[in-house]
Amino acid sequence: MAILEILTIPDERLKQVSAPVEDFGAPLQGFLADLEETRLNGPAAVGIAAPQVAHFQRICIVDCSVTRKPVPNHGRLVLINPEIIEWDGYEAGREGCLSVPDYTGNVIRATKIRLKAQQPSGEEREYAMEGFEARAVQHELDHLDGLLFTDRVVSRRTDLFRRKVYQKGGNKSS
Amino acid sequence: MSEWKMLTLVGEDRPGIVSRITRTLFELGCALGETSMIRLGGNFTIMMMVSGDGEIQAQLPPVAESLGLRMHLDPISGGLHQHRFANYQVRVSGADRPGIVAQVTGALADAGFNILELESDVAGSEQKPVYIMQIQGYSEALLEDLEGAVNAVSGGDVDVTLSPIETLIG
Ligand SMILES: [Zn+2]
Repeated sequence: MAILEILTIPDERLKQVSAPVEDFGAPLQGFLADLEETRLNGPAAVGIAAPQVAHFQRICIVDCSVTRKPVPNHGRLVLINPEIIEWDGYEAGREGCLSVPDYTGNVIRATKIRLKAQQPSGEEREYAMEGFEARAVQHELDHLDGLLFTDRVVSRRTDLFRRKVYQKGGNKSS
Repeated sequence: MSEWKMLTLVGEDRPGIVSRITRTLFELGCALGETSMIRLGGNFTIMMMVSGDGEIQAQLPPVAESLGLRMHLDPISGGLHQHRFANYQVRVSGADRPGIVAQVTGALADAGFNILELESDVAGSEQKPVYIMQIQGYSEALLEDLEGAVNAVSGGDVDVTLSPIETLIG
């Protein structure tokens, strides 16, 4: 096992689109152990994506089981070739990133998603996620497409107005 | 004392203020740090951290004057990378009445809440103004204790809600 170096902005490689995983053999399993060790080594990160350690394959790890205030979650997830197949709602929330030191910003994400991903074994699974965990997955999947949360940051004022519109819409349908 | 100074500019809003000011600072060899630039009630307000040996005090006033801006330049202590990240958010909305800000922020201060950012606006109409305020801050206090402080000032025509901010790092 090894702690890998995390790429930080303005490293151009963070903009690279990662390739699907095809081989689920020993090298993949070794990399997954290193990726998890790297995630746990830094500041309390709920997720990490392979391209953040210059490994350009569609792999990420998400674990929302240890937040300050408990949130709905599926425990620690290793997601390989993940794909969001349904989105619903949107909400602003505060994000930071291991690859963007000393900065946080508000980002609008879907509140509910359906996710399809392969396990380290290659087996395919589907998940229904909401809230903080859904946000974490969307943040990590962006990395696989070469996007950072800074590409999506909105101002507080946007948050305010969006939220009002969203709540109104929610009340109408309920 | 740090290398940074705080530059404040305020005046009636018009197009081109930001570009003229920042171009002049660049030509003077100044660097910009954290800044806040926002339109408030038809005025444009700028607060920015600037550094560098540039002769701001000598060279910038004529430019500011030509844009109708009043200017201040003050030495400051502190510098970049001293962020404190908010762990609580307070939203206030209600009838626009005097004292609402003092009342809410007073309760928060007594509960050990440190305001990092406050933004407020008046929505609604001339006849029926609604005051909306968003506060982000940091506190070591427990959620229950802060909730108690907030609930004491909420009610009637003022709605105050507190929520923890869980910043996602990933
Ligand atoms: Zn990230």
